[in-house]
Amino acid sequence: MDKQGEAYWKATLGLLTKILAVWFIVSFGAGILFADMLNGIHLGGYPLGFWFAQQGSMYIFVALIFYYAKKMDQIDRKFDVHEE
Amino acid sequence: MDLQTTIYLVVGLSFALYIGIAIWARAGSTSEFYVAGGGVGPRINGMATAADWMSAASFISMAGLISNMGYGGGLFLMGWTGGYVLLALLLAPYLRKFGKFTVPQFIGDRYYSQTASTVAVLCLLVASLTYIIGQMTGVGVAFSRFLGVSNDVGIYVGMGIVFTYAVFGGMKGITYTQVAQYVVLIFAYTIPAIFISMQLTGNPIPQLGLGSSLTGQDISLLQKLDQVVVDLGFGQYTTTTAGSTLNMFVYTLSLMIGTAGLPHVIMRFFTVPSVHAARLSAGWALVFIAILYTTAPAVAAMAKTNLIRTLTPGVVMQNADPYAAESQIKYDERPDWMKRWEVTGLLKFEDKNADGRIQYYNDKSKSEEFKAKAEAAGWKGNELTVNADIIVLANPEIALLPNWVIALVAAGGLAAALSTAAGLLLAISSAISHDLVKGVFNPNISEKGELMAGKIAMAVSIVVAGYLGLNPPGFAAGTVALAFGIAASSLFPAIMMGIFSKKMNKEGAIAGMLSGLFITLFYVFAHKGIFFIKGTEYLDLIGGANPFFGITPEAFGAIGALVNFTMAFLVDKFTKEPPEHIQHLVESVRTPRGAKAVDGRHA
Repeated sequence: MDKQGEAYWKATLGLLTKILAVWFIVSFGAGILFADMLNGIHLGGYPLGFWFAQQGSMYIFVALIFYYAKKMDQIDRKFDVHEE
Repeated sequence: MDLQTTIYLVVGLSFALYIGIAIWARAGSTSEFYVAGGGVGPRINGMATAADWMSAASFISMAGLISNMGYGGGLFLMGWTGGYVLLALLLAPYLRKFGKFTVPQFIGDRYYSQTASTVAVLCLLVASLTYIIGQMTGVGVAFSRFLGVSNDVGIYVGMGIVFTYAVFGGMKGITYTQVAQYVVLIFAYTIPAIFISMQLTGNPIPQLGLGSSLTGQDISLLQKLDQVVVDLGFGQYTTTTAGSTLNMFVYTLSLMIGTAGLPHVIMRFFTVPSVHAARLSAGWALVFIAILYTTAPAVAAMAKTNLIRTLTPGVVMQNADPYAAESQIKYDERPDWMKRWEVTGLLKFEDKNADGRIQYYNDKSKSEEFKAKAEAAGWKGNELTVNADIIVLANPEIALLPNWVIALVAAGGLAAALSTAAGLLLAISSAISHDLVKGVFNPNISEKGELMAGKIAMAVSIVVAGYLGLNPPGFAAGTVALAFGIAASSLFPAIMMGIFSKKMNKEGAIAGMLSGLFITLFYVFAHKGIFFIKGTEYLDLIGGANPFFGITPEAFGAIGALVNFTMAFLVDKFTKEPPEHIQHLVESVRTPRGAKAVDGRHA
């Protein structure tokens, strides 16, 4: 792979790492590992840990995919590998 | 109009719609048959993916499971949606760039090996067949419950409908019927939820209603529910976890990886015109899925509240003493919906202490304090058995909603089961006609011949699925979990390494797939019997139930995936690198430019 290609792949992996970190924190972190702790805080009638497990993580997943699609478009263009 | 006529009318109309679409969208080429011609827009594909994905289990069973499990049920919600993040980031756009018809074809080409592709076909067939049995039983259940026909007749009618649009329309017919089915099922799911949320909390949006206060009280719905279930000896609703925290963690991860690795879902991303569209389409799919999945926990908690309110009205809406005899309703004065569901056997009452009243509580509670209270009240054991499926199916009746809503729920349940069955049948038939017939046995088959082979394979699969639905091998419920385990432990790692590791070779990939599959089957069979045959469990051999850190067999897929990755890297280290042209193939898969229409040529 040429330099340009390597840089493109590195940028892609960087973006994936960032998004997967958030993916992990909201579901496995806030929804499972730290749910008990967060349940002390309330979001309306929702204990916060419960909310992350049964509502919040799903909203954030949706946002993550659209963010990914948008950022990838920018990376594609920056490295000039976008589709015509 | 009476209830039965309304149901016939609504279900009949929905079927007429599906058949109409099938006639309009017949498939004339292999490209239309496998990938709907490759020109489906991201939103339409997202909607079709959502219907493809949300099965009888999502529609009928999930809310009931959450209702029984409480907080721990969140593992289904996070697991079955979080998988789309993995699919969108790690697989879908790259497989679309690769641009071939099937998942085994990617594995075969990437690992330059027909053996690898055949192993992938095997994994695909096991995963999809086990999954489809559940759909066919779901069709039978929905028909017999709502249309008053026998279970068997229900399955025959279901087979006939799927046959019409799947065999003639292929992916093209399936895509557009799935869009229609999505619309039917999402209305069927959300409308009762809106009504119920209004009744209980005054807030029409179920997602907000679940976080609101009960009408006329200054206590939140969840807090009240926590109180009443604890009074009945159950675990607190908002904190009871599934097994242990570790088990919940691993279970969630297994469902996520399994979701991303299920071939009938991945295939849908071959129908979009570009890599850009594949990324967006995964987002749209999750939007459409999340509409149902964020409603489900509200349905779960509200149905539980409604059920307990029916049985002990004063306890939920005022602050009556749950242990006082007059708090529990008399069996003779039970509402009509209970009588209707008692006929089906999904609801059972047994007056253990012969007081004529219904005591519904957790008689297996370990709390001494609760046991003392129950004994003092003269309770002699739980008297009401409620099947989890009732939560969604009887929900409109429990909340006393109009007949057309009940009819809509019937049509929605059928739409969910039929759309998933069709997607699975396509995955099975394309693996047979494209990867086995064209790929292995007869590479020179003409396009017309392959299309015919695809249709025959589809017809045969429908008959096999119908047969298994009519004679469920006694393990129908456990099998869907196995499908996820197999997809997670065999297919997902092989595809992911094929994209993210240029140096992964065929020896590594094959060893990985086989060892992941083997260890998962080994662990599941130890608990459930070899090929689910009763009496062949071998728990003693592995040291009792859940011997691996208390992880249940349903949750084991992630461990299988870990074994797959590890084995693949070990074998890869000691065998020779993949050839140069494969490394170039991986490079080209990684960049979007040059994405062409999907085709079926074998490299």
